[in-house]
Amino acid sequence: MFRFIITRLGLVIPTFVGITLLTFAMIRLVPGDPIELLAGERGVSPERHAELRAAYGLDKPMLEQYWIYAKGILSGDLGKSIVTRQPVIDEFFTLFPATVELSFCAMLFAVMVGLPVGVLAAVKRGSVFDHTVMGTALTGYSMPIFWWGLLLIILFSGILGWTPVSGRISLLYYFEPVTGFMLVDSLLSGQDGAFSSAVSHLVLPTIVLGTIPLAVIARQTRSAMLEVLGEDYVRTARAKGLSPLRVIGIHALRNALIPVITVIGLQVGVLFAGAVLTETIFSWPGIGKWLIDSISRRDYPSVQGGILLIATTVILVNLLVDLVYGLVNPRIRHRR
Amino acid sequence: MSKFVKSSLIGAGVALGLALSPVALAAKTLVFCSEGSPEGFNPSLYTAGTTFDASSRQVYNRLVEFERGTTVIGPALAESWDVSEDGLEYTFHLRKGVKFHTTDNFTPTRDMNADDVVWSFMRQFDENHPYHKVSGGSYEYFNGMSMPDLLKDVEKVDDYTVKFLLNRPEAPMIANLGMDFASIMSAEYAAKMQEAGTPEKVDLEPVGTGPFQVVAYQKDAVIRFKAHPDYWGGKAPLDNLVFAITPDPSVRYQKLKAGECHVMPYPNPADIEAMRSDPDVNLLEQEGLNVGYLAYNSQMAPFDNAKVRKALNMAINKDAIIEAVFQGAGKVAKNPIPPTIWSYNDATQDDPYDPEAAKAMLAEAGVSDLKTNIWAMPVQRPYNPNARRMAELIQADWAAVGVTADIVSYEWGEYLERSKATDRDGAVLLGWTGDNGDPDNFLAVLLGCDGVGGSNRAQWCHQPFEDLIQKAKVVSDRDERTKLYQEAQLVFKEQAPWATIAHSVVYKPVRPEVVDFRIDPFGGHVFYGVDLKE
Repeated sequence: MFRFIITRLGLVIPTFVGITLLTFAMIRLVPGDPIELLAGERGVSPERHAELRAAYGLDKPMLEQYWIYAKGILSGDLGKSIVTRQPVIDEFFTLFPATVELSFCAMLFAVMVGLPVGVLAAVKRGSVFDHTVMGTALTGYSMPIFWWGLLLIILFSGILGWTPVSGRISLLYYFEPVTGFMLVDSLLSGQDGAFSSAVSHLVLPTIVLGTIPLAVIARQTRSAMLEVLGEDYVRTARAKGLSPLRVIGIHALRNALIPVITVIGLQVGVLFAGAVLTETIFSWPGIGKWLIDSISRRDYPSVQGGILLIATTVILVNLLVDLVYGLVNPRIRHRR
Repeated sequence: MSKFVKSSLIGAGVALGLALSPVALAAKTLVFCSEGSPEGFNPSLYTAGTTFDASSRQVYNRLVEFERGTTVIGPALAESWDVSEDGLEYTFHLRKGVKFHTTDNFTPTRDMNADDVVWSFMRQFDENHPYHKVSGGSYEYFNGMSMPDLLKDVEKVDDYTVKFLLNRPEAPMIANLGMDFASIMSAEYAAKMQEAGTPEKVDLEPVGTGPFQVVAYQKDAVIRFKAHPDYWGGKAPLDNLVFAITPDPSVRYQKLKAGECHVMPYPNPADIEAMRSDPDVNLLEQEGLNVGYLAYNSQMAPFDNAKVRKALNMAINKDAIIEAVFQGAGKVAKNPIPPTIWSYNDATQDDPYDPEAAKAMLAEAGVSDLKTNIWAMPVQRPYNPNARRMAELIQADWAAVGVTADIVSYEWGEYLERSKATDRDGAVLLGWTGDNGDPDNFLAVLLGCDGVGGSNRAQWCHQPFEDLIQKAKVVSDRDERTKLYQEAQLVFKEQAPWATIAHSVVYKPVRPEVVDFRIDPFGGHVFYGVDLKE
């Protein structure tokens, strides 16, 4: 197991270096000059343009710029945003908890609904329920997030008035962020109704962001279960007279979960990508919206730093998944 | 900034929790569903309207200010001013008894005076000023309005008198001082922050003299303001002002309907019809202070011939553009300045839409089988909601008179840069939104000889026009300037360096309980003077 962990960790370092190179190069390959974009129609004189490029270090050779960036990373400095002139790392961590909170709830929703539905669909293979679930999952998977979000807002907030339209908590409540997680902070604030307000604001964005992972998990669970249900040991368990609940829940599901865990790990990246749109629709102050704004303004330090931090998170989650996977499935960790 | 919080508000939040309706936060709290986060809270460092809404327009004052909802400039922190005969000295007499905000980290010990005015300008002007380089130290509006060339010095005469010395006479000077970058900040607060080793706080935790003061800011979520109790113009009718940051226009509309906000900016053009018949919405509208145009390259044949440019103008069906591109939310432009700006010449005759005459004129000019490009911007702007569609319509109109045009586009930054080239091939779609309501801000910036190779996308330097606008720059008499600019507009029309396309109409949906909200011609949102029905 120790060897397995070391191998996995060893792979993280080159991946990390690759990401720094990739983000650095890609944002610079995209046409567009941050200074021109800042100035807009008003424009800046060529002299002023040169001055500003020098001020942001954009006049230096590419290699030197990369070296400065890489050195900064090692000392925990990701530079300052060209737009707000604030440290990128501060901006990121002000917004990151909101994205983590939303992604966590969306994943929880996707797993809690996707797993049982997938299992049930496999057990009742070929039934109306199975067809309905798989049809719905396919629809969910191909749903345009923006349209889906607006549809839910118009129905539940506009027509029915059940949920608030957007934001993280009602403007009635105000408290200083402690953890950055609204569910926790609202509880800590001790204000009456703050927690339930935070929950009600989370409902729609959670459903919207969780829709695609839910569809993927449900489909993956179903197919994994179908495979396992046909195995000899399941037939043996049934023949031994074990209750169907025990056969499905303990013997079959346990083995079917292995590929599902991998899929869940991979969905973390999908969640961050989906957060971009979900956050825009629900005015959710997370990193998705911030990153898109940074890209469109060619705010190089924010894009480099932001993507690096997100990629690091995804790498760490996948590393964790790999380790859990190795723990669950001994064949993996013993493979040389 | 997150630490920048008033503890008193926590208590207020608990008390407010008793309120029933989401927008009835407190007796008088107005919620504005703003479109984005400010870049910071110092308007001299940034150029975005979103930043000005959160800073200069609520938190700060200027020596002179535009009357709410107009482009008319009047006294503010300066009660009066004198201009010397030669136009090189502007003396401002400051208002007495003006209080700065008291915040968590600053309690002012004195009223606003000449030191604050000198500090606010010298920070931007003097490269050796201790604050010049703080927060990145780039003052793009100050530079953009040519203030470094224009100013010789800013001097304190006495505590309540400040003198601006200029290198050359400049009639739009007063209008420039009404712009956001010219906001007056507290020199005392700056000194205190510098002493504490945190000079950048001046730009993040603002202290101004304005009608509202910032209480808390959470990036991409909310900005909370409260009324300045000692505001020199009298306390605002609103007690609190909240900016609920809501980037998507459809969601802003849903929030307005649900009563989660009172005022929203930038509605979706597609929602306008629904808003008109919506009982929860009072749809305000006003012509914008902008112009959308198509600039020929007047230095490249055959566009160096005014007759060719005129003929191409006559081939464009502008009414169809207003209908298809602006969905009715625009007016045909005949002058290079919008009708809301003084000196607008209503006597100008627009080029009539007449493809047959256009064809004949092109033949007369000896132009046949003309091939060119139409540049379409890749972004949506107030003066042009869909440049690609507009380009397609013009392309079809020109095809009807025998002109073949290809549509080209680049990424926005590239587009702005490449369209400046004097050897550019083709006509460029672009536009402008006014900064200070002065005709000079359109005519000199966009059509003056200095702008060739830069903001003058027509690369047009026409001496009779140049003489008129240069003269109008140094004359201080408004009537005389008006005459000069009106004449300049006639010269422009006759020479046709642009096809003037449209001025957009600005829509502002507000809830019915909002009283006296006025659309700001400069595109801003000003909440002093706005009230809510009980």
